[in-house]
Amino acid sequence: MFGLDSKDTKLLIVVALLVILAPFILNPFPTDSALAQFNAGYPDLMQRFVIFGIFAIGFNILFGLTGYLSFGHAAFLGVGSYAAVWMFKLLSYNVIPAIALSVIVAALFSVLIGYISLRRSGIYFSILTLAFAQMSFALAYSVLSNPKFNLTNGETGLQVYPGDPQVLHHEGLPDVPHLFGIAMRDNFWEPVFGGWSFTFNNGYYLCAVLLIAVFYLSIRIFRSPFGMMLRAVKSNQQRMNYTGLNARPYTLAAFVISGMYAGLAGGLLAAMDPLAGAERMQWTASGEVVLMTILGGAGTLIGPVLGAGFIKYFENIFSKINDNVLHQWFSFMPDGMEDFMVFVLHPFIGKGWHLTLGLLFMLVVIFLPGGLVEGGQRIAALFRGGRKKRGGAEDGEHHPKPSPHVAE
Amino acid sequence: MSKSNFTRRGVLRTGAVAGAGVALPTIFTSRASAFTNEPTGSTVKVGFNVPQTGPYADEGMDELRAQELAVQHINGEGDGGMLNTFSSKALDGTGILGKKLEFVTGDTQTKSDAARASAKSMIEKDGVLMINGGSSSGVAVAVQGLCQEAGIVFMAGLTHSNDTTGKDRKANGFRHFFNAYMSAAALAPVLAKAYGKDRRAYHLTADYTWGWTQQESVQAATEAMGWETVNNVLTPLASTDFSSYIAPVLNSGADVLVLNHYGGNMVNSLTQAVQFGLRDKQVNGKNFEIVVPLYSELMAEGAGESVRGVYGSMNWNWQLTDAGTQALVKSFGEKYGRPPSGSAQTCYVQTLLYADAVARAGSFNPCAVVEALEGFEFDGMGNGPTLYRAEDHQCFKDVLVMKGKETPTNQFDLLELVEITPRNQVEYPPNHPMFGGDEASLGSCNDGA
Repeated sequence: MFGLDSKDTKLLIVVALLVILAPFILNPFPTDSALAQFNAGYPDLMQRFVIFGIFAIGFNILFGLTGYLSFGHAAFLGVGSYAAVWMFKLLSYNVIPAIALSVIVAALFSVLIGYISLRRSGIYFSILTLAFAQMSFALAYSVLSNPKFNLTNGETGLQVYPGDPQVLHHEGLPDVPHLFGIAMRDNFWEPVFGGWSFTFNNGYYLCAVLLIAVFYLSIRIFRSPFGMMLRAVKSNQQRMNYTGLNARPYTLAAFVISGMYAGLAGGLLAAMDPLAGAERMQWTASGEVVLMTILGGAGTLIGPVLGAGFIKYFENIFSKINDNVLHQWFSFMPDGMEDFMVFVLHPFIGKGWHLTLGLLFMLVVIFLPGGLVEGGQRIAALFRGGRKKRGGAEDGEHHPKPSPHVAE
Repeated sequence: MSKSNFTRRGVLRTGAVAGAGVALPTIFTSRASAFTNEPTGSTVKVGFNVPQTGPYADEGMDELRAQELAVQHINGEGDGGMLNTFSSKALDGTGILGKKLEFVTGDTQTKSDAARASAKSMIEKDGVLMINGGSSSGVAVAVQGLCQEAGIVFMAGLTHSNDTTGKDRKANGFRHFFNAYMSAAALAPVLAKAYGKDRRAYHLTADYTWGWTQQESVQAATEAMGWETVNNVLTPLASTDFSSYIAPVLNSGADVLVLNHYGGNMVNSLTQAVQFGLRDKQVNGKNFEIVVPLYSELMAEGAGESVRGVYGSMNWNWQLTDAGTQALVKSFGEKYGRPPSGSAQTCYVQTLLYADAVARAGSFNPCAVVEALEGFEFDGMGNGPTLYRAEDHQCFKDVLVMKGKETPTNQFDLLELVEITPRNQVEYPPNHPMFGGDEASLGSCNDGA
């Protein structure tokens, strides 16, 4: 269907179902139970899952297929956000022009950076992209936010002020980002079933529709002759050159496409919450998308989405667990035991969420070199009881044998 | 394309349509609450959003301690702290309006984005009514905007930039901490007295919003005293080595160096300036001096011996002798074994002020709370009589001018109190040009209904 073979169709449908039913899936615990701490089905986090999923899918087109490890992709995300907020400031709060412009600006920006950076490969490419991203960050943080020429509003982040022109804005439209009057931050349905409550948010479903669309696009790219070329770049660029093929246009195209994905993600971030901060461009943000992709499984279709969800979950859920919450959990234990358990777990929660994430990342990289997707395959293989050796062959295709990256 | 696929999709489509049909009647019903997160149970939640990782993590942890203490005192646990000295007696130690106060915590990472994500999860998932804390002006402005949109109250933590209650002021946002203008207004007379009116100042300024507003304020205030400003050099935020910025200072003819830096930046620039021997130099026949307009205990601790004899300003210090300060220092010290930092006091006081405003308003509705806080005059929380000005939601109170102690006796005793500048000396009109001028407005209060 849609030009996909049956396995890919199945994958697309599974992803679509997961994304559409996320408000149910992510809220497995009743609202009043102690485990509600682990519920992730509130609009902001769901939006983040999907938006960073888009970002990671795009990154994977570059990194997973060509093996070029870009350490500066956050720059495109940031540029996209700034473009979107500027659209809000100048035109109106409608998200369509904002998202369109953010993709266009990110594309132009990535052509520029890609054209220069792709002259080198391997570690030099990574360093060049990192340098560009850090330059963009510094520009956004201070240089382009001076009182005379304030493009980015520096540390505070670019936001919409009541004095902004907003030429297409008129009475009756909400004063927050909206899609032809449907406010992104509003919920259209908040059902309560017994102890469970769920939130269906307008903005989330816009992001969800876009995620499904770009996921489909990425499947098509993976399966196209163009995708095959990109894999050829990864497996042996030299041989490709000797056969008379110029790899540069292919890599540049991949770079720009993944830059546009990042721009889309940035535009969506701004559409969900109309503020663009410079930290979005910092190298830590670029590093994060690399982690997402590797954690989920580089070169697989669904891996980056899983990785993005995994990291954002830890950032938002574990950082909010504090000692009080722990005391509540262990309150059934005798006092000494309770204090001991809290003492043991204390370093891993709240400010320690980085530590927890780091440990899990190490575990995944050591025991599941193929990322979370490999974990899923192993579980699937267990269930099939060795009927098929080496799990579903379906992902053998998605997942080219981990050949040495260009960066190695 | 196989037939089974088609059927599956058909089933899906039918299912989706049926689901939508079932959902339709309920789709447009809104929950019957009068305002965002209206509390219904026997408890009420507030959010403490502080940096737990990143450069200001220490400040954040201290804020968190103070906030926990405040919640205990409001719920009637512990010794009551400042509730005993607070001039308003609306709180009786049984929670707020009969509901027990609970809190959730989050990590701002000192990034606007992360802070907003954390604040949003508090609002959307935990259902908080107020967010308190933070250690950076950028974060404060960003979260303040979010709270305004969502319709809850924001009580800023450590934020010193003029913009927070200046051009970025919001009806739902309040700031207890002082600002760069007040720092400068308090410092300038003391500096003029100590160093003379004929001085030439050289500014090194952190290149972002807070740095600029502070530099602007200090320059204006010192020039009004007769000082001259030789130069203002912007330093990139991420720099750790300031030697290339300090070296030219000596040849510039300046005899005072003003360091508009904060946190780790300030620790590095001050230490390096002292190592360069600036303070032993004579320029224009006078001793070369260094000024750090915004001090904090944690920075003084980091800079160690370099702070000796260096002037700066603070919002509050544990060495104050009024009853409120002593009550807080006592209960904080008993619980955590250390005196509270300035930002901890701000967060503690803000939590009490919020609870008190709810109690006085008799409602959790953010607009009622805003009304109760606007123009609120109180005492007994340190710094003497304090006013929450209605026009810009800025607190006005005495400002402390501090000096690095020459002979510290213990690790907390690094700064000495030089002067308490009375409130009327640091006041300014709400439409002051440094605060957005006439254009700045609070907008109207939003309760999210």
